[in-house]
Amino acid sequence: MIANYGYKDGSGEYYISIDTDKCIDCAAGRACLTACPKQMFEIITDDYDDEVAWIKKPNCRTLSYDCADCKPSGGYTSLPCMTACTPGAIKHSW
Amino acid sequence: MNAEVTAAPVVAETVPEKKEFWRWQENVWIDETKDWKTAKIVTCGIDVGSVSSQAVLVVDGELYGFNSMRTGNNSPDSATNALQGVMDKCGMKLEDIHYVVGTGYGRVNVPFAHKAITEIACHARGANYMGGNGVRTILDMGGQDCKAIHCDEKGKVTNFLMNDKCAAGTGRGMEVISDLMQIPIAELGPRSFDVDVEPAAVSSVCVVFAKSEALGLLKAGYTKNKVIAAYCQAMAERVVSLLERIGVEEGFFITGGIAKNPGVVKRIEKILGIKAMETKVDSQIAGALGAALFGYTLMSKKAAAA
Repeated sequence: MIANYGYKDGSGEYYISIDTDKCIDCAAGRACLTACPKQMFEIITDDYDDEVAWIKKPNCRTLSYDCADCKPSGGYTSLPCMTACTPGAIKHSW
Repeated sequence: MNAEVTAAPVVAETVPEKKEFWRWQENVWIDETKDWKTAKIVTCGIDVGSVSSQAVLVVDGELYGFNSMRTGNNSPDSATNALQGVMDKCGMKLEDIHYVVGTGYGRVNVPFAHKAITEIACHARGANYMGGNGVRTILDMGGQDCKAIHCDEKGKVTNFLMNDKCAAGTGRGMEVISDLMQIPIAELGPRSFDVDVEPAAVSSVCVVFAKSEALGLLKAGYTKNKVIAAYCQAMAERVVSLLERIGVEEGFFITGGIAKNPGVVKRIEKILGIKAMETKVDSQIAGALGAALFGYTLMSKKAAAA
């Protein structure tokens, strides 16, 4: 399942997509949890009883601000969450 | 001559009756051809949304009855009232129900629920029941959020996108316009087609600014119907942009209250070039129906294991 967390507003589309099929048996040892400086990721049991990562609810509405520090203007050449997620389950839309 | 002093006539202070144009019709329905007393498994789904609450009863995996009503300011009370309404209609008691699943915005506040499941999974499951296993793309236009969902032939979610940050493209936005125009909400859709020329969509994506823009259009000489058409078009464009992000596949199904508004539905169909699947079941109960069906599956597994 592709789970898209975020929103679209007048300034753009801000979504983090998580491919839960790649996330279930995480080969990276849930590295996303510690890689995100804002600790936005959390492991939950989804509706189909799989343990997967999701974005904490309050962060879903503030992604453009929360992720800004990790974007190139913040000094990062690649996003820490995407780099840590070696199975490639995490994607950003902006 | 003594002037007769007469008391000034008492003018009764009258408070003008406030008409609630936004108020949509609440429904209670029971399938009279079925008898829940002979059923092996009775399950219930309760969808406590931000605007409406539904209770759906499923007997042996089939839809039996539902109650759809407005959510109050207290989720547990809304859940209780919704369920009580449908139970009263068929003479059922809470202890007659084997499993209750809560869903929606207030799902964790359903006091008698055995399990809570997100409305995303429940809408997919409900749409799969209502539209058949050909349903692949679901648009749920809820009271205060909007979801685009892809599912497989079993109604399992494969991709979803939710917008709960902005009221544009939601039922609440339509209620605001209904009140502004002073036209009952059920009439908005049909009246939006009663225009000579289809107007451009209102440009604001925000409900608050769209309301200001609608007022401006009225002052500029637009008829009410033309303003409604412009708003329906804006709403359609708004949700289509959400749908396009996950892609639209054949087997397109719309759930939620806005599915009853032809002014929005027809415009979405026109933009997408796809006709939405039709159902005889109230589109607003999809989430609660899905929840009740999840309950049925869980109970069936328990019964098989016993």
